[in-house]
Amino acid sequence: MSVIEVSRVSRHYHVRSGLRWWRRQEIQAVRDVSFHIDAGETFGLLGPNGAGKTTIIKMLTTLLLPTAGSARVLGFDVASQPGEIRRRVGYVFGGDRGLYDRLSALDNLRYFAELYGVPARAQRQRIAYVLDLVRLAGRERERVEGYSRGMRQRLHIARGLLHDPPVLFLDEPSIGIDPVGARELRATVSALADAGKTIVLTTHYMYEADELCDRIAILRDGSIVAEGSPADLKSRVSEGEVVEAVVHSLPADAIARIQELAGVRSVTVRDLDRAQVLLVQTKPAAQLAAEIAGCLRGTAIQSLSVRAPTLEDAYVELVGGT
Amino acid sequence: MSAGRLLRLVAVSWYLHLKMLHRSMFDSVMQVVWPLFFATTALLVYRATGDRDALSYAATGAAVVTVWSAVSSNASGILQRERAFGTLELLVAAPAPFSLSIMSIVLAVTTTGGYAVAATLLWSRFVFGVHLAPAWPLPFALALVATVFSFGVLGFLLAVAAVRYRAVFALGGALELPLWLACGFLVPVALLPSWLRPLSWLLPPTWGMQAVRAAAAGQSLWADLGLWAGSTAAYAAAAVWVAATVLRSARRHATLSLT
Ligand SMILES: Nc1ncnc2c1ncn2[C@@H]1O[C@H](COP(=O)(O)OP(=O)(O)O)[C@@H](O)[C@H]1O
Ligand SMILES: [Mg+2]
Repeated sequence: MSVIEVSRVSRHYHVRSGLRWWRRQEIQAVRDVSFHIDAGETFGLLGPNGAGKTTIIKMLTTLLLPTAGSARVLGFDVASQPGEIRRRVGYVFGGDRGLYDRLSALDNLRYFAELYGVPARAQRQRIAYVLDLVRLAGRERERVEGYSRGMRQRLHIARGLLHDPPVLFLDEPSIGIDPVGARELRATVSALADAGKTIVLTTHYMYEADELCDRIAILRDGSIVAEGSPADLKSRVSEGEVVEAVVHSLPADAIARIQELAGVRSVTVRDLDRAQVLLVQTKPAAQLAAEIAGCLRGTAIQSLSVRAPTLEDAYVELVGGT
Repeated sequence: MSAGRLLRLVAVSWYLHLKMLHRSMFDSVMQVVWPLFFATTALLVYRATGDRDALSYAATGAAVVTVWSAVSSNASGILQRERAFGTLELLVAAPAPFSLSIMSIVLAVTTTGGYAVAATLLWSRFVFGVHLAPAWPLPFALALVATVFSFGVLGFLLAVAAVRYRAVFALGGALELPLWLACGFLVPVALLPSWLRPLSWLLPPTWGMQAVRAAAAGQSLWADLGLWAGSTAAYAAAAVWVAATVLRSARRHATLSLT
């Protein structure tokens, strides 16, 4: 049975811009999105900022109503049965907010244990358990204002787990955390997945989705542009090769010339500080490195390499790069 | 959730929010010191009349008024603060009734107003020599608590309305002074222009204050307390209804996470 079923859901926002407050502008944040998630799966929503990930999570956690379509979590309708859903899901978001800085971690957890109806007798044990799970045991009496980003994020997760929900929503949990903290976080998430939780994870880091998720949906401008297991998504590009060149002052017509070469599937350019990274995805055995270098004649080429495609390449091709 | 659970929720939530309010030393001190300036002004004015009863009237009024100042200036800000902390969405996403979560926060703010009541009464006693000698001390204290509670309920209404309408934030501050007047804290309601009186009757603190005065003078306060209870319950019910409506609207209009 599907734990989460999303069918043809859309959501728009109205915004009034600055001085022209009488002018309402409509933003389509999520467009006609459908997917389903099975029990015990870890499902990734992957996409750049503004793609609509948070909007989808908020609709599933009953904080926002869909403007069209319907969604069910554990069989309950997100629009008409919010109470049933709230009792059974955990919601964790990334960043600095969502905790009371002036209170200790322990007081934060006590408070949310009450809000989530954790029975009084079970609270002490449950709080100790979640603190242990996120490796904050021993630090719980310190005020949260002194916590590092990584500790805060782990406390957030502990809060989301207080009522032992079968479904967990994690909205960009690793945002702003250093690499070591992020690795620890991934370990915590995979432990939860091993414990049988159904997890919906949003991120804009490919490797995170690749490492943690059973299935991934890639979002772009509010629509799902691809869906499948990390291996599926990789196989879409894995038959070819990727030529990656770091160049300075790329002439405008070079891209067009490369696109015309036989065997080129896609060309994307990403701006770095002083250089540009040119990614050319080619069909299998096209052997285009020399020809691409030819198209770049007159441009300062810092490096040029040929490699096998990664999930990141699939992602860049799908969301168009920037 | 059972009644016991809900009661426990209110108690724990009240305690933790009170704890947070106390962690800002400056705010806590100002909350107690600021009303003393006001009480001093009122007492100096009333002392000029040379009437001892009037002085007691002013001291009680000044004390009660401080609670309303604390509540009206903070109640709608509470929601703004929760929103800024990012915890407002978590309160909504939790299974506990949202009205209760907010009511407990407002009660914590109201409690800090209670300190100012004590400070004002002590100040009146030791600096101005005002001996409050209510004819019926226990009913007097009861009516005082009732009045303070009704401010909490008004603050609750302001706070939930602010979830959806941020203009209420400004409204809270704007209501501070008119209520001083309308509820007869410093000037008896009977002295107000007659067109203003019906407005006073609609406000629960008016009846609480009447009960306080009646107990002080040794007159029966039960009628006033009855009207207090009725009007307070009506406001509480209205606030619970507004909370439900406002939440539905916030889910539609995406106004929970705005800062
Ligand atoms: N409360 C809101 N009001 C108006 N526009 C919003 C609101 N929340 C999000 N948006 C817009 O909707 C789009 C999707 O946002 P979001 O779901 O937060 O994306 P993501 O989480 O993938 O970064 C963005 O263009 C964003 O600016
Ligand atoms: Mg987001």
